[in-house]
Amino acid sequence: MSPATTLLPAVAGTIAISAFGILAGLLFLGIDRKFAAHMQARIGPPIRQPFIDTMKLLRKESVVPDNAIPWLFNFAPILALASSITILLYLPIGSLMPVLGAYGDLVLIMYLLTVPALAMVAGGFASGSPYATVGAQREMVTMMAYEFPLAIAIIAIAWRLSMAGIAYPFSLATIATNPFWGVMGPLGIIGGIILLLILAWVTPAELSRVPFDSQEAETELAGGLLVEYSGRNLALFYLAQGVRTIAMAAIAVAVFLPWNISTFVAMSPALALAVDFLFFLAKVLLVVFVSVSLIRVSMARFKITQIVSVYWIWFGGLGILGLLLIVLDATFGVW
Amino acid sequence: MNITKSFNRSLWAFHFNSGSCNGCEIEIVATLTPRYDPERFGIKLVGSPKHADLLLVTGPVVKKMRPRLLRVYEQIPDPKVVMCVGACGISGGPFYDSYNLDGPIDDVIPVDVYVPGCPPRPEGIIFGVVRALQKLERLQGELP
Ligand code: SF4
Repeated sequence: MSPATTLLPAVAGTIAISAFGILAGLLFLGIDRKFAAHMQARIGPPIRQPFIDTMKLLRKESVVPDNAIPWLFNFAPILALASSITILLYLPIGSLMPVLGAYGDLVLIMYLLTVPALAMVAGGFASGSPYATVGAQREMVTMMAYEFPLAIAIIAIAWRLSMAGIAYPFSLATIATNPFWGVMGPLGIIGGIILLLILAWVTPAELSRVPFDSQEAETELAGGLLVEYSGRNLALFYLAQGVRTIAMAAIAVAVFLPWNISTFVAMSPALALAVDFLFFLAKVLLVVFVSVSLIRVSMARFKITQIVSVYWIWFGGLGILGLLLIVLDATFGVW
Repeated sequence: MNITKSFNRSLWAFHFNSGSCNGCEIEIVATLTPRYDPERFGIKLVGSPKHADLLLVTGPVVKKMRPRLLRVYEQIPDPKVVMCVGACGISGGPFYDSYNLDGPIDDVIPVDVYVPGCPPRPEGIIFGVVRALQKLERLQGELP
């Protein structure tokens, strides 16, 4: 293949995915706010509220504090948004295979997931405010805490697929086309459910939402990492937040809920694409509802020390139990 | 650039206490409860002045708070609205002849809307926000 034939679809796909990521991200932030409001017996903002907020932020003045490092301070929000979109490029959306699927797998995605968080840390340190510095340190601690259970969940699934004799177990195209629930016996399914729960609890930390938002804590850190950001830069971080929400939900969907309607019901290719896309959005909605809205409304914020022990001791232990069940399932076969 | 259109449905408030008795704070928090739910109009309380559009000031501005109030006012990115909540900020209220006042608020920073009451009811505060938006719209119309 000539470079043009490989480059063109990739560029077009990137533009399409960026537009989809930003629009759907804001939409899901709005849906999440509506859910939370209804759970608190409120009417809540309209679903397009995040769009209005972004428009307003883009029109406001963008202040760079005197003791900030200007280039890093302005670069961090762009990096956060760009890296969040990059994650989406490696994830399948409905029955559409990932745009860059041939160039990266699940392990790369795990590394990419840390980049937006690191961008926020860099922005926090660059703003030269003590609140932002404390927030940045907390973000790093949170990142180290949730990485461990997340790695267990993802490695366990890929390992089980490889034990079932499937080639390229880390590739997302493989994971999405071979739902791992199908290769497992009852023990493995229990293990899979445990790992699914862990992923649902890692998601709010990854997205820095309540109860794992100690790095942004409005009440004690006055906005933490983002304390010095205003106007356009804050809007970019807000967009990145939306895209990350979609990306995290898409990972959960790709690994744990990969089914497509078109594999069960026969239809024309164009119709199948549309139906699968809508079904994908429904699955993302389910993930966002459970692991963002429901958890955030029902819990208060953890202290930073509690976050570490929750993830390392409780979810780490649970993850190893899940892994053990899957290993047993693979060794003794289907009962 | 039409500033009021985006402000109309999305106004982020930062609350500053310049030495109030805490009565007005309680009413501001009451305004944010599900009973009144100002989030349905896009109004929410933020933790940093850098994120805010609306500065809610309570209290009569004691001497120590004057430089802090000025600093917070300057940190809010333009365009911004200032709302003075409570009788204290308007005239000194029950503390009018106190020895340590440097206020009232409009001696320190320009105020757009006054909400009287000691403390004002949540309905009053919401009405004040509506008036602030109307004032912005009027200023918008008068601009060339
Ligand atoms: S106006 Fe009344 S309630 Fe409000 S701070 Fe002043 S004294 Fe307290």
